Amino acid sequence: MAEELLVPITSDLDVVSARQKGRELAAVAGFSSGDQTVIAAAISEIARNILMYAKRGEISLRTVLNGDLDGLVVVARDLGPGIPDVARALQDGYSTSGGLGLGLPGARRLMDDFDVVSAPGKGTTVTMKKWRRRHA
Amino acid sequence: MEVPILKQGLYLIASIQSALTDADLSQLREALIERVGKFRARGVIVDVTALDVMDSFAVRTLRDIAHMARLRGAETVIVGIQPEVAFAMVQLGLTLKGVSTALDLEEGLAFLDRQAQDRVERTRGRIIRG
Repeated sequence: MAEELLVPITSDLDVVSARQKGRELAAVAGFSSGDQTVIAAAISEIARNILMYAKRGEISLRTVLNGDLDGLVVVARDLGPGIPDVARALQDGYSTSGGLGLGLPGARRLMDDFDVVSAPGKGTTVTMKKWRRRHA
Repeated sequence: MEVPILKQGLYLIASIQSALTDADLSQLREALIERVGKFRARGVIVDVTALDVMDSFAVRTLRDIAHMARLRGAETVIVGIQPEVAFAMVQLGLTLKGVSTALDLEEGLAFLDRQAQDRVERTRGRIIRG
Protein backbone atom coordinates (compact mmCIF):
# COMPACT_ATOMS: atom_id res chain seq x y z
CA MET A 1 0.00 0.00 0.00
CA ALA A 2 2.52 2.54 1.18
CA GLU A 3 4.54 2.46 -2.01
CA GLU A 4 6.26 5.76 -2.53
CA LEU A 5 6.34 7.71 -5.76
CA LEU A 6 9.34 10.04 -6.04
CA VAL A 7 9.35 13.00 -8.40
CA PRO A 8 12.62 14.94 -8.66
CA ILE A 9 12.06 18.69 -9.02
CA THR A 10 14.70 20.43 -11.12
CA SER A 11 12.69 22.38 -13.73
CA ASP A 12 9.23 23.84 -14.31
CA LEU A 13 8.36 20.71 -16.32
CA ASP A 14 8.80 18.69 -13.12
CA VAL A 15 6.31 20.98 -11.35
CA VAL A 16 3.67 19.97 -13.92
CA SER A 17 4.71 16.33 -13.74
CA ALA A 18 4.53 16.30 -9.90
CA ARG A 19 1.02 17.75 -9.79
CA GLN A 20 -0.17 15.39 -12.54
CA LYS A 21 1.23 12.35 -10.71
CA GLY A 22 -0.38 13.62 -7.51
CA ARG A 23 -3.70 13.94 -9.25
CA GLU A 24 -3.42 10.41 -10.68
CA LEU A 25 -2.59 8.94 -7.29
CA ALA A 26 -5.48 10.86 -5.70
CA ALA A 27 -7.83 9.47 -8.36
CA VAL A 28 -6.64 5.91 -7.71
CA ALA A 29 -7.11 6.48 -3.97
CA GLY A 30 -10.74 7.44 -4.62
CA PHE A 31 -10.61 11.21 -4.10
CA SER A 32 -13.30 13.26 -5.86
CA SER A 33 -12.28 15.26 -8.91
CA GLY A 34 -12.62 18.41 -6.79
CA ASP A 35 -10.17 17.02 -4.24
CA GLN A 36 -7.86 15.86 -7.02
CA THR A 37 -7.66 19.45 -8.30
CA VAL A 38 -7.12 20.80 -4.79
CA ILE A 39 -4.27 18.32 -4.21
CA ALA A 40 -2.75 19.12 -7.62
CA ALA A 41 -2.89 22.86 -6.89
CA ALA A 42 -1.20 22.41 -3.50
CA ILE A 43 1.55 20.27 -5.07
CA SER A 44 2.05 22.89 -7.79
CA GLU A 45 2.65 25.63 -5.21
CA ILE A 46 4.99 23.56 -3.07
CA ALA A 47 6.95 22.23 -6.06
CA ARG A 48 7.40 25.76 -7.40
CA ASN A 49 8.72 26.86 -4.01
CA ILE A 50 11.41 24.17 -4.25
CA LEU A 51 12.42 25.46 -7.67
CA MET A 52 12.33 29.11 -6.65
CA TYR A 53 14.18 28.91 -3.37
CA ALA A 54 16.27 25.73 -3.49
CA LYS A 55 16.65 25.15 -7.27
CA ARG A 56 16.26 21.40 -6.76
CA GLY A 57 14.57 18.92 -4.51
CA GLU A 58 12.03 16.14 -4.64
CA ILE A 59 8.40 15.41 -3.99
CA SER A 60 7.29 12.10 -2.62
CA LEU A 61 3.72 10.90 -2.95
CA ARG A 62 2.06 7.99 -1.18
CA THR A 63 -1.25 6.84 0.17
CA VAL A 64 -1.83 5.85 3.80
CA LEU A 65 -4.60 4.29 5.88
CA ASN A 66 -5.73 5.65 9.20
CA GLY A 67 -8.72 3.86 10.70
CA ASP A 68 -11.57 4.46 8.31
CA LEU A 69 -9.73 7.25 6.54
CA ASP A 70 -7.72 7.05 3.33
CA GLY A 71 -5.00 9.63 3.05
CA LEU A 72 -2.69 11.03 0.45
CA VAL A 73 0.64 12.22 1.77
CA VAL A 74 2.83 14.69 -0.09
CA VAL A 75 6.34 15.36 1.18
CA ALA A 76 8.41 18.08 -0.46
CA ARG A 77 12.10 18.03 0.46
CA ASP A 78 14.95 20.27 -0.50
CA LEU A 79 18.42 21.10 0.77
CA GLY A 80 18.12 24.77 -0.09
CA PRO A 81 18.66 27.86 2.06
CA GLY A 82 15.76 27.02 4.41
CA ILE A 83 13.09 29.35 5.75
CA PRO A 84 14.39 31.74 8.42
CA ASP A 85 10.92 32.50 9.80
CA VAL A 86 8.41 29.71 9.13
CA ALA A 87 5.54 31.46 10.96
CA ARG A 88 5.97 34.49 8.76
CA ALA A 89 6.27 32.43 5.57
CA LEU A 90 2.87 30.94 6.41
CA GLN A 91 1.24 34.39 6.40
CA ASP A 92 -0.71 35.45 3.32
CA GLY A 93 1.13 37.90 1.13
CA TYR A 94 4.57 37.42 2.65
CA SER A 95 7.14 36.61 -0.01
CA THR A 96 10.89 37.02 -0.39
CA SER A 97 10.79 36.08 -4.08
CA GLY A 98 8.53 38.74 -5.52
CA GLY A 99 5.70 36.23 -5.87
CA LEU A 100 2.17 36.63 -4.58
CA GLY A 101 3.11 35.15 -1.21
CA LEU A 102 0.23 32.72 -1.38
CA GLY A 103 2.11 29.49 -2.09
CA LEU A 104 2.73 28.16 1.40
CA PRO A 105 -0.37 29.59 3.17
CA GLY A 106 -2.53 28.70 0.16
CA ALA A 107 -1.32 25.10 0.09
CA ARG A 108 -1.97 24.88 3.82
CA ARG A 109 -5.60 25.94 3.28
CA LEU A 110 -6.02 23.38 0.50
CA MET A 111 -4.80 20.41 2.56
CA ASP A 112 -6.01 18.91 5.86
CA ASP A 113 -2.66 18.48 7.59
CA PHE A 114 0.30 20.72 6.95
CA ASP A 115 3.71 20.74 8.55
CA VAL A 116 6.88 22.66 7.73
CA VAL A 117 10.30 21.77 9.11
CA SER A 118 13.06 24.12 8.11
CA ALA A 119 16.34 25.48 9.36
CA PRO A 120 18.54 28.10 7.71
CA GLY A 121 21.16 26.40 5.56
CA LYS A 122 19.66 22.95 6.13
CA GLY A 123 16.78 22.91 3.71
CA THR A 124 13.04 22.57 4.04
CA THR A 125 10.62 19.68 4.34
CA VAL A 126 6.92 20.30 3.85
CA THR A 127 4.59 17.42 4.70
CA MET A 128 0.95 17.77 3.75
CA LYS A 129 -1.96 15.33 3.84
CA LYS A 130 -5.46 15.10 2.49
CA TRP A 131 -7.98 12.67 4.01
CA ARG A 132 -11.16 11.06 2.79
CA ARG A 133 -13.60 8.82 4.58
CA ARG A 134 -13.65 5.30 3.17
CA HIS A 135 -17.03 4.04 2.09
CA ALA A 136 -17.89 0.35 2.65
CA MET B 1 3.91 23.47 -25.40
CA GLU B 2 3.10 26.63 -27.32
CA VAL B 3 -0.45 27.96 -27.03
CA PRO B 4 -2.07 28.63 -30.42
CA ILE B 5 -3.34 32.20 -30.83
CA LEU B 6 -6.13 32.73 -33.37
CA LYS B 7 -7.17 36.05 -34.81
CA GLN B 8 -10.89 36.58 -35.22
CA GLY B 9 -11.81 40.03 -36.43
CA LEU B 10 -10.57 42.50 -33.85
CA TYR B 11 -10.05 39.79 -31.24
CA LEU B 12 -7.25 37.39 -30.38
CA ILE B 13 -8.20 34.02 -28.98
CA ALA B 14 -5.60 31.99 -27.06
CA SER B 15 -6.86 28.50 -26.55
CA ILE B 16 -4.87 26.55 -23.97
CA GLN B 17 -4.80 22.89 -25.00
CA SER B 18 -3.03 21.21 -22.09
CA ALA B 19 -1.22 21.73 -18.81
CA LEU B 20 1.30 24.57 -19.08
CA THR B 21 4.66 25.08 -17.44
CA ASP B 22 5.62 28.47 -16.01
CA ALA B 23 7.80 29.07 -19.08
CA ASP B 24 4.84 28.28 -21.39
CA LEU B 25 2.69 30.80 -19.51
CA SER B 26 5.35 33.50 -19.74
CA GLN B 27 5.74 32.77 -23.44
CA LEU B 28 1.97 33.13 -23.91
CA ARG B 29 2.08 36.52 -22.17
CA GLU B 30 4.84 37.82 -24.46
CA ALA B 31 3.16 36.47 -27.61
CA LEU B 32 -0.23 37.96 -26.77
CA ILE B 33 1.09 41.39 -25.91
CA GLU B 34 3.19 41.45 -29.06
CA ARG B 35 0.21 40.42 -31.22
CA VAL B 36 -2.16 42.95 -29.72
CA GLY B 37 0.04 45.56 -31.38
CA LYS B 38 0.74 43.63 -34.55
CA PHE B 39 -2.93 42.95 -35.30
CA ARG B 40 -4.29 46.11 -33.64
CA ALA B 41 -6.54 43.84 -31.58
CA ARG B 42 -9.23 45.37 -29.35
CA GLY B 43 -9.97 42.24 -27.37
CA VAL B 44 -8.16 39.17 -26.04
CA ILE B 45 -9.79 35.93 -24.94
CA VAL B 46 -7.79 33.35 -22.99
CA ASP B 47 -9.61 30.03 -22.89
CA VAL B 48 -8.40 28.06 -19.86
CA THR B 49 -10.94 25.22 -20.11
CA ALA B 50 -8.16 22.65 -20.56
CA LEU B 51 -5.98 23.98 -17.74
CA ASP B 52 -5.63 21.28 -15.06
CA VAL B 53 -4.75 23.65 -12.27
CA MET B 54 -4.77 27.40 -11.77
CA ASP B 55 -2.06 28.11 -9.23
CA SER B 56 -0.54 31.39 -8.07
CA PHE B 57 1.85 31.65 -11.01
CA ALA B 58 -0.89 31.04 -13.58
CA VAL B 59 -3.15 33.61 -11.93
CA ARG B 60 -0.38 36.18 -11.74
CA THR B 61 0.45 35.66 -15.41
CA LEU B 62 -3.20 35.95 -16.52
CA ARG B 63 -3.54 39.12 -14.46
CA ASP B 64 -0.40 40.51 -16.08
CA ILE B 65 -1.74 39.66 -19.53
CA ALA B 66 -5.02 41.49 -18.81
CA HIS B 67 -3.30 44.57 -17.41
CA MET B 68 -0.64 44.73 -20.11
CA ALA B 69 -3.21 44.25 -22.89
CA ARG B 70 -5.32 47.06 -21.43
CA LEU B 71 -2.30 49.35 -21.50
CA ARG B 72 -2.02 48.44 -25.19
CA GLY B 73 -5.68 49.25 -25.82
CA ALA B 74 -7.23 45.78 -25.69
CA GLU B 75 -9.72 44.32 -23.24
CA THR B 76 -9.05 40.79 -21.91
CA VAL B 77 -11.52 38.18 -20.77
CA ILE B 78 -10.62 34.82 -19.23
CA VAL B 79 -13.07 32.06 -20.11
CA GLY B 80 -13.59 28.44 -19.14
CA ILE B 81 -12.48 28.26 -15.49
CA GLN B 82 -13.80 24.86 -14.41
CA PRO B 83 -15.78 24.47 -11.15
CA GLU B 84 -13.08 22.43 -9.36
CA VAL B 85 -10.41 24.85 -10.53
CA ALA B 86 -12.46 27.80 -9.23
CA PHE B 87 -12.87 26.03 -5.89
CA ALA B 88 -9.12 25.43 -5.54
CA MET B 89 -8.38 29.03 -6.58
CA VAL B 90 -10.62 30.44 -3.86
CA GLN B 91 -9.02 28.17 -1.25
CA LEU B 92 -5.59 29.32 -2.40
CA GLY B 93 -6.72 32.94 -2.02
CA LEU B 94 -6.45 33.69 -5.74
CA THR B 95 -9.04 36.14 -7.04
CA LEU B 96 -8.21 37.53 -10.51
CA LYS B 97 -9.35 40.91 -9.20
CA GLY B 98 -9.65 43.51 -11.94
CA VAL B 99 -9.78 40.86 -14.66
CA SER B 100 -12.95 40.09 -16.61
CA THR B 101 -14.13 36.49 -16.77
CA ALA B 102 -16.90 34.69 -18.64
CA LEU B 103 -18.32 31.18 -18.56
CA ASP B 104 -17.14 30.07 -21.98
CA LEU B 105 -15.87 31.26 -25.35
CA GLU B 106 -19.35 32.29 -26.54
CA GLU B 107 -19.98 34.44 -23.45
CA GLY B 108 -16.48 35.86 -23.75
CA LEU B 109 -17.08 37.00 -27.33
CA ALA B 110 -20.45 38.49 -26.34
CA PHE B 111 -18.73 40.35 -23.49
CA LEU B 112 -16.11 41.86 -25.82
CA ASP B 113 -18.81 42.83 -28.34
CA ARG B 114 -20.70 44.66 -25.58
CA GLN B 115 -17.50 46.43 -24.48
CA ALA B 116 -16.88 47.55 -28.06
CA GLN B 117 -20.48 48.72 -28.38
CA ASP B 118 -20.19 50.73 -25.17
CA ARG B 119 -17.03 52.36 -26.46
CA VAL B 120 -18.77 53.38 -29.67
CA GLU B 121 -21.74 54.81 -27.77
CA ARG B 122 -19.51 56.73 -25.38
CA THR B 123 -17.65 58.22 -28.33
CA ARG B 124 -20.89 59.20 -30.09
CA GLY B 125 -22.23 60.73 -26.88
CA ARG B 126 -19.16 62.92 -26.62
CA ILE B 127 -19.44 64.06 -30.21
CA ILE B 128 -23.15 64.96 -29.90
CA ARG B 129 -22.64 66.82 -26.63
CA GLY B 130 -19.54 68.57 -27.92
